[in-house]
Amino acid sequence: MSQTWLVVGLVGAGTIAIKAIGPVLLGGRPLPERLSSVIELLAPALLGALVAVQTFGNGQALAVDERVLGVAVAAIAIWRKAPLLLVVILATVATALARALL
Amino acid sequence: MAERTFRDGARAVGPLAVAVVGFGISFGVLARAVGFGWLAPIVMSATTFAGSAQFASVSVLGDGGTVAAAVAAALLLNARYAPIGISVAPYLTGSLWSRFVHAQLVVDESWAIAAEGEGRFSRSVLLGAGVVLYASWVAGTTVGALAGQGIGDPATFGLDAAFAALFLGLLVPIARDRRHVAAALLGATIALALTPFAPAGVPIIAASAACLLGLRR
Repeated sequence: MSQTWLVVGLVGAGTIAIKAIGPVLLGGRPLPERLSSVIELLAPALLGALVAVQTFGNGQALAVDERVLGVAVAAIAIWRKAPLLLVVILATVATALARALL
Repeated sequence: MAERTFRDGARAVGPLAVAVVGFGISFGVLARAVGFGWLAPIVMSATTFAGSAQFASVSVLGDGGTVAAAVAAALLLNARYAPIGISVAPYLTGSLWSRFVHAQLVVDESWAIAAEGEGRFSRSVLLGAGVVLYASWVAGTTVGALAGQGIGDPATFGLDAAFAALFLGLLVPIARDRRHVAAALLGATIALALTPFAPAGVPIIAASAACLLGLRR
């Protein structure tokens, strides 16, 4: 019981502090130009990593499973300029169908 | 392009909110199953508001790990929010308290939806998307923690593919030139290469190093 609350408290406090540090210390001020040209590429770098890990990651292992099909369907939908809502729905449905049928 | 608003953010994140409720439910069920009781999972979702870190720390504790290991796993996973917080900081212009609250609503999804390209972010969109995601996550956790088992695995409904699809859908429009595409591919490569060897969370943090490509002009 107390272990549970210790983890809840420490993880909560730690996360709140990590999230707050940039906006509280640097909020509202433009970043130095050299830093901002690096930060500009943070979004594509992290999004690329998140797509890869969410598609192939399975804990500590890499796996090729039904999610790949869902993401492939999403990629086609994005290429056909489908709205984001449709992209997510198509990926979800394709993955669920593949899991049910294959 | 007209400036995007709170409503645009809330609407853009709508499809994902369903998946977030589903994962909130499964977090509540899992935490309850490893002996967290019903209140601790809800408090954790309301304070930590970071799904992967919460799953990690609960499963470490559930597998008999120590408090230190559970906390370390979660904080490693959340370390990416330090650079992410710095990236949005210039656009959070309010008082100290307002900046602190906005910062807590930053998660991968609200941050990605608020991105306007060229390193710019919309504060209103961040707030709109963040509030909807926060409500979905806490509501889902509450349902899962109170209802316990008896609810299916979100993977059955394909919800585990929703996040990859969303991130891909957000990545493509901002990958507008060769530098952006290179950063995305390098980030993906670093993350996949490290996944089998590094503790959870480290591959994503290491992938953020791909943004150092920005030092080349």
